[in-house]
Amino acid sequence: MNWTDTLRTGWEAVRTHRLRSLLTVVGILIGIASVILTIGFGQGAQAEVRAQISALGSNLLIVTPGSTTDASGLRGGSGSATTLTMDDAEVLASEVVAPDVAAVAPVSGGPQSLTSGGTNWTATVNGTTPSWLDVRNRSLSSGRFLTHQDLENEAAVMVLGPDTASELFGPLDAVGQTVMAGGAAFTVVGVLDSVGSSSSADEDDLALVPASTASSRLSGGSASVSTIYVEASSSDRLSAAYQEVDAALATAHGLTAGDEPDYTISTQESLLETATETDRTLTVLLAGIAGISLVVGGIGVMNIMLVSVTERIREIGLRKALGATPTVIRRQFLLEASVLGLAGGLLGAGLGVLGAELLPRFIDQPVEISIPATAGAVAMALAVGVGFGVYPAGRAARLAPIDALRSE
Amino acid sequence: MTGAVLRLDEVGKSYQTGTLHVDALRGIDLAIDEGEYVAIMGPSGSGKSTLMHILGCLDTPTSGSYRLVGVDVGELSEDELAQVRNRLIGFVFQQFNLLAHLTALRNVELPLAYAGVPGEQRRRRALAALDRVGLADRVDHRPRELSGGQQQRVAIARALVTDPALILADEPTGNLDSRSTRDVLALFDELHDQGRTIVLITHEEEVAAEAQRVLRIHDGELRTPAVSR
Repeated sequence: MNWTDTLRTGWEAVRTHRLRSLLTVVGILIGIASVILTIGFGQGAQAEVRAQISALGSNLLIVTPGSTTDASGLRGGSGSATTLTMDDAEVLASEVVAPDVAAVAPVSGGPQSLTSGGTNWTATVNGTTPSWLDVRNRSLSSGRFLTHQDLENEAAVMVLGPDTASELFGPLDAVGQTVMAGGAAFTVVGVLDSVGSSSSADEDDLALVPASTASSRLSGGSASVSTIYVEASSSDRLSAAYQEVDAALATAHGLTAGDEPDYTISTQESLLETATETDRTLTVLLAGIAGISLVVGGIGVMNIMLVSVTERIREIGLRKALGATPTVIRRQFLLEASVLGLAGGLLGAGLGVLGAELLPRFIDQPVEISIPATAGAVAMALAVGVGFGVYPAGRAARLAPIDALRSE
Repeated sequence: MTGAVLRLDEVGKSYQTGTLHVDALRGIDLAIDEGEYVAIMGPSGSGKSTLMHILGCLDTPTSGSYRLVGVDVGELSEDELAQVRNRLIGFVFQQFNLLAHLTALRNVELPLAYAGVPGEQRRRRALAALDRVGLADRVDHRPRELSGGQQQRVAIARALVTDPALILADEPTGNLDSRSTRDVLALFDELHDQGRTIVLITHEEEVAAEAQRVLRIHDGELRTPAVSR
C-alpha cells in the first residue's frame, strides 16, 4: 500500500469518527494555544520592561554621589553625600575631557510644596539644564522647555510634569500660570508629555526649574547636585563614555588610585539585565506550565488513540485478513495520530495568535507572538501526536487477525 | 483437475484456557483440488470455524503441516502470511465485514490497495468484480444503504477481485433471508462453474447440498472420508 492510499485511509478514519477526532484536536489545540499565549505574555512583559527602561533616555549613564561618613563614623548610604556639583557636570560636558559624551543634565532638588491660588501639591522640584529634555528622552505637550537664557538669568520659570500640572490646574492649560515654590513665584512655561505606561509615577509628577534658579532661590546657594544624567554619543560608545566620566570625576575630585570613589556610575544596561533576567525566569515558568498542559493533551491523544484501536479491532482484523501487513496497519494509525496532532497544532497556533491579537484589547498586558515558539509548538503537537500514537499503533499492528476478527 | 490447491497433513490445534486444555482440531488430513466446491459441515463447537481460520491463514496449527498452492504456510513470516491472505485467499464472512464508511467500490478496492495495484487498474478491476455480482448500479452506495444480500454480494466481489486461488466462505448465508440466500448460493454455483475453488462452512444442510463434496466435522475430527461425490 503506497503513501497516498495510507494518507487517504487515515483521512477517512479521521472523518468517520468526527467527534473523537474533534476531541483529540481540541485537546492538543488548547495545549498549543496556551503555550503560544504564555510565551507571548512573557515576551510582551519583557518588551514592556525594555521599553520602560529605554524611556529613561537612550545611552544613559547615571552618576550619583557616594555615601557620607560623619564625625562619629556613621555612614549615610549611597547618594547621601553632596560630592557632586554643577562643576562636575560642566567638566563632563567638555568635549576635550569626555569626547564620547553627547549631553549632560545635572539634577538637584527635592520635594517642595507648590501652591497656585487655593490649590497646593507637593512634588519633586528639580533644578536642571536645557539638555535634560534630550538626555531623558522626553517631550513637551505644550509650551517650551528651559533655555540657556533662563539658566543665565536665573529666570523664575518652571516646566511641570503632566500629573503635577493637572493636580494644580485641573484641565486648564498650565502654561502662563504662576506657581509659588519656596517663597518665590514661578511662571509655568511648559508642560511635559507623559512617559506613558511607565510604572514610576515620579516621572510624570515633577517640576523643573533652571539649575541656577534652584540654587539661588530654593536650596540657599548650594551647588551640589543629586544626579548627573550623562548621554553617550551612541550605544557603542557607552563603555568609552563610562570610562571617560569615571576618569574625569576621579581627577575632578582629586582621587588617586586605590581611593574609594565618592560617586557611583550606573548604566541602563545593568538595570535592563536585571529586569530581563526576572522576566526570563517568569517566561520559563509559564512555558513549563504550558508544556505540562501539552503533555496532558498528549496523554489525552494517547487515550483516544487506544480507545480508537479497541473500538476498531474488528476493522483491523478485517484489514489484516484482506492482506494488510503489520507495517501498513501501524502506519495507518500513526498517520491518523499525526493528522490529528498537526490539525490540533495548526488550529492551536491560529487560536494562540488570535488570542494574542484580541487579549491586549481587554486586559492591560501586551502579548508578543514569538515565531520560533509558535513553530516549535506546532512541531511539538505533531511530535505529541506521533509519539503518543506509537504505542496504540504498535498494539493494533500486533493483533492476531483471528483474535481481532472474533472480537465484538 | 490439475492437483491440490491445499493439503493438510495431521493438522491439530489446541488451546490452553486457564487449566483447561482444549483440542479444537485433531489429526485433520485433507486435500482440496483446484476447481472443487467443498462444504464443511458441523454443529457449533465442532471446530469448523477453527479449521476455516487455519485454511485462511488467519490462525496457525499447533501440529501438522498446511501447504497452500505448494507453500508450507507454517514457515512464513507475518508479512508473507499477509501477502498469502491478500493474493491467494478471498474471504466471505457471515457478518459481511464491510467497512461502513467506505462505498461498495472502495470496499472492493481494498485488497487491491494492499496489493499495491495502481489506482486506475484497481478501479477497473473493482468495477468488473461488482458487475460480476450484479451490483454495477450500486458502486457508490455505502453498506448501510444496501440490503443484507447486496452487502454479501459486495463482500463476494471483494473476495473475487484479487483473483484468488481459494474462496473461503464462513457461514455466508447465516445472516440472510431465504431469497438472498438463494441469490448468494446461485452466485457460488456460477463461480464454481467458472472453475473457482470454493470452501464453504455451514451448519445448514440445504446450503451444504449445493456443494460438490461435503465434509462433516465433529469434536475436531473429520467424520466423512474425503471422497469426491
